[in-house]
Amino acid sequence: MERKTIDLDQGWDYMQKGITKLKRILEGLPEPPFSSEEYMMLYTTIYNMCTQKPPHDYSQQLYDKYREAFEEYITSTVLPSLRERHDEFMLRELVKRWANHKIMVRWLSRFFHYLDRYFIARRSLPALNEVGLTCFRDLVYNDVHVKVRDAVITLIDKEREGEQIDRALLKNVLDIFVEIGMGLMDRYEEDFEAHMLQDTGAYYSRKASNWILEDSCPDYMLKSEECLKKERDRVSHYLHSSSETKLSEKVQHELLVMHANQLLDKEHSGCRALLRDDKVEDLSRMYRLYCKIPRGLDPVANIFKQHITAEGTALVQQAEDAASNQASNAAGVQEQVLIRKIIELHDKYMTYVTDCFQNHTLFHKALKEAFEVFCNKTVAGSSSAELLATFCDNILKKGGSEKLSDEAIEETLEKVVKLLAYISDKDLFAEFYRKKLARRLLFDRSANDDHERSILTKLKQQCGGQFTSKMEGMVTDLTLARENQASFEDYLRSNSAAAHPGIDLTVTVLTTGFWPSYKSFDLNLPAEMVKCVEVFKGFYETKTKHRKLTWIYSLGTCHINGKFEQKTIELIVSTYQAAVLLLFNASDRLSYSEIMAQLNLTHDDLVRLLHSLSCAKYKILSKEPNTKTISQSDYFEFNSKFTDKLRRIKIPLPPVDERKKVVEDVDKDRRYAIDAAIVRIMKSRKVLGHQQLVSECVEQLSRMFKPDIKAIKKRMEDLITRDYLERDKDNANMFRYLA
Amino acid sequence: MMRRSASKKTGQPNSTNPITYSPSDLFRTASSKASSKEMERIDNLFYAYANRSSGMIDPEGIETLCSDMEVDHTDVRILMLAWKMRAEKQGYFILEEWRRGLKALRADTVSKLRKALPELEKEIRRPSNFVDFYSYSFRYCLTEEKQKSIDIESICQLLDLVLGSQFRAQVDYFIDYLKIQSDYKVINMDQWMGFFRFCNEISFPDLNNYNPDLAWPLVLDNFVEWMQAKQS
Repeated sequence: MERKTIDLDQGWDYMQKGITKLKRILEGLPEPPFSSEEYMMLYTTIYNMCTQKPPHDYSQQLYDKYREAFEEYITSTVLPSLRERHDEFMLRELVKRWANHKIMVRWLSRFFHYLDRYFIARRSLPALNEVGLTCFRDLVYNDVHVKVRDAVITLIDKEREGEQIDRALLKNVLDIFVEIGMGLMDRYEEDFEAHMLQDTGAYYSRKASNWILEDSCPDYMLKSEECLKKERDRVSHYLHSSSETKLSEKVQHELLVMHANQLLDKEHSGCRALLRDDKVEDLSRMYRLYCKIPRGLDPVANIFKQHITAEGTALVQQAEDAASNQASNAAGVQEQVLIRKIIELHDKYMTYVTDCFQNHTLFHKALKEAFEVFCNKTVAGSSSAELLATFCDNILKKGGSEKLSDEAIEETLEKVVKLLAYISDKDLFAEFYRKKLARRLLFDRSANDDHERSILTKLKQQCGGQFTSKMEGMVTDLTLARENQASFEDYLRSNSAAAHPGIDLTVTVLTTGFWPSYKSFDLNLPAEMVKCVEVFKGFYETKTKHRKLTWIYSLGTCHINGKFEQKTIELIVSTYQAAVLLLFNASDRLSYSEIMAQLNLTHDDLVRLLHSLSCAKYKILSKEPNTKTISQSDYFEFNSKFTDKLRRIKIPLPPVDERKKVVEDVDKDRRYAIDAAIVRIMKSRKVLGHQQLVSECVEQLSRMFKPDIKAIKKRMEDLITRDYLERDKDNANMFRYLA
Repeated sequence: MMRRSASKKTGQPNSTNPITYSPSDLFRTASSKASSKEMERIDNLFYAYANRSSGMIDPEGIETLCSDMEVDHTDVRILMLAWKMRAEKQGYFILEEWRRGLKALRADTVSKLRKALPELEKEIRRPSNFVDFYSYSFRYCLTEEKQKSIDIESICQLLDLVLGSQFRAQVDYFIDYLKIQSDYKVINMDQWMGFFRFCNEISFPDLNNYNPDLAWPLVLDNFVEWMQAKQS
């Protein structure tokens, strides 16, 4: 059946009825909802009017009228209702009108849907939905958004001051800003967010100016933390999530960045004071607040470093003062106390780094740099390298730390090795350690083999195998020596009596390269000992013909029976002391010079020896004149009247100060090390500028020590003289390797 | 270089060919005759001062020469003469060296030699030559075989002699320093040349543009430190 053509006016009249009905519903007037027939009819009317043959296809007109319907409604009803309201009431009205509008758009676009299907595509026109929203935007939003924004910001500031506001309302309002952008956030960002941020900035700027003057640092930080939390809260409740970062940054900037210096440097409550008073919680807060700000932690880390440096330096100064005040620094007690205190300091601030400062690299670095400053200071003439080596010796030797448990000792050793990382003269430490290790091993003064090996393992881990290879060699030598001694004893048993030394002999053979260098004197041995040396040499030659034995008598120990009048006492003395004493088997009375001639020792050594035997605790020899010091004109006699309640006594020989020799040896090694580094670098680079050569040299050597620039220059000059290098003819700052 | 263009007639071996001389030939022959005469005079002069047995001019001979030239034998001009001769051994001149030097100076008598000295000085003072002369003067003082450095005392004298007129202040202060320091007992070639570079490049006595981080020899670093300590 032919469809009857619908005339435009006729058709539009019909539509108008539907629109009016819709408006009534929106206004809340009593009106039954649309039935499905009503809907169908409206839809079909549009359909028909669009599918009629020209000139009766009214698509364009209907499209225009669709838009006009909105425009009319908005202009007549919506806008007036908004304009007559203000502030919060206006906001509510807007929300209502927006909601209504969306419904209107939804319904009308359904009625007019046919246009969406063909017409808009054919003519590349905006879809019905978009048309509807655009009307609202152009007529309503553009008119009121400034007022709306101001009203919202006012409410936000009220909430900041503590008043309760209608958060749901704000959320709805701000949703309009978002939706009106129709896919883009530009309306929200330009028309609302930018202004909100500016207002926020001004707000917190005012607050900060007051707080920074009135509040202590911890209080200010608490307030800041609180504010940041509240702002985040605000975002989650009604602001758009995209505002969070910008808002936090704004608040952070006003509260924390603008006043950072003032805050951290507050005299009685700032960062320095918090560190001084161990305010862990406040410092944790400070970290939390500043870690999100770019470079925000730099000043904090700096103050941390300064604080630790000051504390460490004070400890060093304390030790220095105490050591110089005491008449005799009881075996460097002050220095040992210092090491312990430094370890405690390290533990304390490492905890800060891991707990308060969340293991941040900046703070690890600050701690390291601080320790590097004061851990390299000298105390009472001893370098830190020496102090540390002495500290280890005290733990590892017998009578040192027997009261401590194994775990405690392990822990302490672990911490000592960590401290070594801060000391630049690591090679000096190695040398002192080696010397003391030698003494412990050779005089059987090591408390526990496991601890000895354990610390070597730790040192190896930290400083590399080269660092500990000699020390490990020393420990191995001792083990081998024990086996060797067993073989020696077998040899003695299986040989004739003539090949017997006549006295009990234990020999420890040391591998030269591993052990510190010892001077060996041509001591005139007592006859009894001469035989010992011969016999052992005979035995040793059965084992190997390719080694040369050099006897170090200065390290030997002798057990001698002194047949005094009252009773016989066993004396435990060094070989040198024994040699002196045995002279008195042949003569009753000897002068200094006679003893000197017989033994062939240096004056320094002889004075030390005679002093230990005649002027110290145990006077085995009587001296004439009976003064407290040895002079070259003295006479000595065997003191037969000597006695002691013990049957066996040890007569100690005070050790020679090894410091000078150690320093000399290390300096010599350093010269070789610098030479080797320079040659190595130049060999691979062939041509290199002076400054680069120096800096590469320093870097290569830094694992063991910090070379003096002048020392490097001196070695370079030496290498030039020895024709390893030459200066470039044209550029005096350039050097060439001479193959 | 002029080529001998002896006119040769081909073919008849025994015919007497009239020898034709061109004017340049005449000049050449005359000048070569003159130059061989000059060489003769130079050689004669050499033997006048040379030691009979060694065949070279020894320190005594040089002293005599100096007094004949009315120049003190410690005068720098003698060193300059040695340079011109490229003499190798201090205190001795051999014939080859003598010939080389006097020929270059165009002197075949003592008086001509004396008159050539001012010109020689000017020649040497030219920057392009002076460096060479400066390094030569160090090498000239290395008297022992394999010797590479010169003792402080001698260096001080040499500095004064060679650089004294040009860099009076630097030389005086440096000599003072060398005498009181104890790090170095000898100075090597690198340090010697370094000092010359120092005089040329570093403003004195303020030493403002001296940078110890550069490759200056250590002795100069120490010298500058000493100067700066004195000035403060």
